[in-house]
Amino acid sequence: MTLRVRDLSVARGGWTVLEGLSFDVAPGTALILRGPNGIGKTTLLRTLAGLQPPVSGEIEGAGDDVAYASHSDGIKDALTVEESLAFWARVYGQDVPADIYDAFDLGDLRHRMAGTLSSGQKRRLGLARLGVVGRRILLLDEPTISLDRQSVNLFADFLRDRHLGQGGSAVIATHIELGLDAPVLELAPFAAQAGAAGGSDEAFL
Amino acid sequence: MIALIARDLRLAIRAGGGFGLGLAFFLIVIVLVPFGVGPEALQLREIAPGILWVAALLSALLSLDRIFALDYEDGSLQLLATAPLPLESVSLAKAVSHWITAGLPLVIAGPALGFLLNLAPAAYPWLILSLLIGTPALSLIGTFGAALTVGLRRGGLLLSLLVLPLYVPTLIFGAEVARRGGEGLAVQGPLLLLAGVTMGTVALMPFAAAMVLKVNLR
Repeated sequence: MTLRVRDLSVARGGWTVLEGLSFDVAPGTALILRGPNGIGKTTLLRTLAGLQPPVSGEIEGAGDDVAYASHSDGIKDALTVEESLAFWARVYGQDVPADIYDAFDLGDLRHRMAGTLSSGQKRRLGLARLGVVGRRILLLDEPTISLDRQSVNLFADFLRDRHLGQGGSAVIATHIELGLDAPVLELAPFAAQAGAAGGSDEAFL
Repeated sequence: MIALIARDLRLAIRAGGGFGLGLAFFLIVIVLVPFGVGPEALQLREIAPGILWVAALLSALLSLDRIFALDYEDGSLQLLATAPLPLESVSLAKAVSHWITAGLPLVIAGPALGFLLNLAPAAYPWLILSLLIGTPALSLIGTFGAALTVGLRRGGLLLSLLVLPLYVPTLIFGAEVARRGGEGLAVQGPLLLLAGVTMGTVALMPFAAAMVLKVNLR
């Protein structure tokens, strides 16, 4: 299903940060979001994920098809790698694919408590979650933070072969080159004009 | 939902502080009371149902701020909010696991500690029954309070101030069931009202908690 965004404006803390955004993300393709800090990449992804309502505009095709990966991985220190993935798979009503551990080089860590993992290993576990939820549209917020070069390649392979190659799609906010053949959306031109208020602040300005 | 309850119980057992803390607090409060009011058996018998219920309230309160705060800090609450599980079910699952870790131990330990307060023999079954029926309401109301204060720094104190007044009906009817039971009076009235309060919270609180969670996650 195509993710279709039309004339979208999003707000953070009552201030509109991006306006007039329109794009399509067809199955099998990805869209890379670029822009300086504070431009609203996270806000846009959170809006697409349904965590906050848009100020105006329309989002079609998201809803129950998206999986969101934020800066934090939502990993419980007292659960093992295997239990974490099994939990998320169960919440999404899926089975854990047997090869997911190899895809993220987690094979040796399966029975380790997540609390004993390094931050890069935790990140790999957080990303492996995306492989067990069975959602078509991935919304990724800086997925490669604290990953080394090799793990970035692993993740890019996962996206290319196992997700996009299977008809999934992704919206990715990232500053580094993932080596994906994907269009880049520069967000700077869509930055809201200073002083443009969103939501309830309007009456006070 | 069962997956979430299972995970929370596993975390409570592994990370500690789940089962033990509230129970130990309950024990200490009950043990302290005779020191405070003196060892006169008849006096203790008179106040036992009320003390047991107040202590149960306080010890349930102790673990409330952990219900959502831990999941909020490590980001899993956001991920749960975008999962196919509706937030209403998340709230209900959280309340159930809070009850199993904090409420159920009180039901089991209540009679043993009633002995320390010289609780009237006839009151024991009614104390157990009233705790069994009443403590789920404590967990459900508490889940709503935890959802309201999630993300706030030092939200724990605010949480207590918000939640304790809402516990009043459960306290009144719960203690009344145990007291009347001990004196051999009819308990049907307060028992039905206690059950009514719990039923009401089961019906309303998950939805209220989900609503405030949505606002707090924005």
